[in-house]
Amino acid sequence: MKANIVIIGAGISGCSIAYHLAKKGMKNIVVLDKAYLTSGATGRCGAGIRQQWGTEANCVLAKKSIEFFETAKEELGYEDDIEFKQEGYLILASDKAEHDRFSKNVELQNRLGIPSKLLSVEEALKIVPYLNPNAFVSATFCQTDGHLNPFKMTEAFYLAAKRIGVQFFFFEEVKEIVVDNKIIQKVITDQREIETSIIVNAAGGFAKEIGEMVGVDIPVFSENHEILVTEPIEKMQGPMLMSFTQNFYCQQVPHGSFLMGRSTKNQVHGHDISSSWSFLDEMAKTICHVAPKIGELRVIRQWGGSYNMSPDKQPIITEANDLKGFFIACGFSGHGFMFSPMTGEIISNMILKKKNEINPDLFRMDRFSEKELSAIEQSVV
Amino acid sequence: MRDDLIIICRCEDVTLADVKRCLKAGYTNFEDLKRQLRVGMGPCQGQTCSALIQREIANFTKKKMKDVPIQKTRPLIIGVKLNAIKDGATDES
Repeated sequence: MKANIVIIGAGISGCSIAYHLAKKGMKNIVVLDKAYLTSGATGRCGAGIRQQWGTEANCVLAKKSIEFFETAKEELGYEDDIEFKQEGYLILASDKAEHDRFSKNVELQNRLGIPSKLLSVEEALKIVPYLNPNAFVSATFCQTDGHLNPFKMTEAFYLAAKRIGVQFFFFEEVKEIVVDNKIIQKVITDQREIETSIIVNAAGGFAKEIGEMVGVDIPVFSENHEILVTEPIEKMQGPMLMSFTQNFYCQQVPHGSFLMGRSTKNQVHGHDISSSWSFLDEMAKTICHVAPKIGELRVIRQWGGSYNMSPDKQPIITEANDLKGFFIACGFSGHGFMFSPMTGEIISNMILKKKNEINPDLFRMDRFSEKELSAIEQSVV
Repeated sequence: MRDDLIIICRCEDVTLADVKRCLKAGYTNFEDLKRQLRVGMGPCQGQTCSALIQREIANFTKKKMKDVPIQKTRPLIIGVKLNAIKDGATDES
């Protein structure tokens, strides 16, 4: 078969890109996934959306994405509930150094129109009363941050894209990409060959491997980040709680369960996404210290998922320099879900040669070799 | 009995009608149904609904039950309080 564009990966990024392209008039788009919808990192993520970042690029991506989410249900004509709530992220500072860094972050965020603010311990306790007041020195809060259901949000993009003609093939794995004289010829899967001249690599944890198929070296790696969920209970917590130095995030989703995760120090790079007892131990110790009341909840399940990490923990959203028609959206470093509307917007404009409102140079792949990495995102769990 | 009165997943209050609607929408493997309907995500982790849903998938896709995979089994096998895990991690005596 033939396609104008082949998108590899039916996670949130691939589905958003497909939707944005089709909406702008592109025909004959094919999306391939080696398993089911949201089977990769999207369906394993912490379901948070936030704008409280430490770099301008991440702040702008997040802010514009949240503006999309606010009207996504209507824009995409989705009948089900995307479980969008804007009850904020409460980010705890552990010491003076982190407090000072957060002060600068809030200045940057406010300058970009993000309504975050610094809070004292007392003010934070008004929002989440059961916090251990000795576990932090100050906090930042942004009301318009919040939660979104990854399965439902992805389905909303998927159904909208399908309705306007995008074809999806699930349980179909890309095995080879044929390039002749620096021109993309076709994608070969385990089930068919698709002639195309444009490919979008939205393969998440496997983006590097897709790059290798066409000889494009993408400077990313994948690592396992673990997460757990508790039994659902009546609502007791509005915002996502988070600390970078204490290494955790924790929110109560609208369904009632608490989702919480942390990163593993010195995690090996690779595709292992198994669950460990040590994560469970460390997560329990951390959350029982910060918010002792949550300790009364029962853990019912744990799992892992890939963060696709870039050198400065900000995404790569670009066309490859040395292979025309090979577009890349990866390296989201754990935040591809919340940036997905902008990912779709930026890539679709690049492919259709339309001007992007946001400077796409911020997401180029050669930014790493050009200069010392001056803007590394620190606000990552 | 009406499909919307038959409970398939007690933890998440999912009916046979919900399952059939999703199957018709094209979600014909357990992992998809789990993500759309939350079946198998509740406190019992699918111990009640797995076989029931497996049979519905088998009927719908005209496969044998043994050829229909169920959801990935994940820890824990029973709910445990975070406090108990913390206590175990800090002092096992």
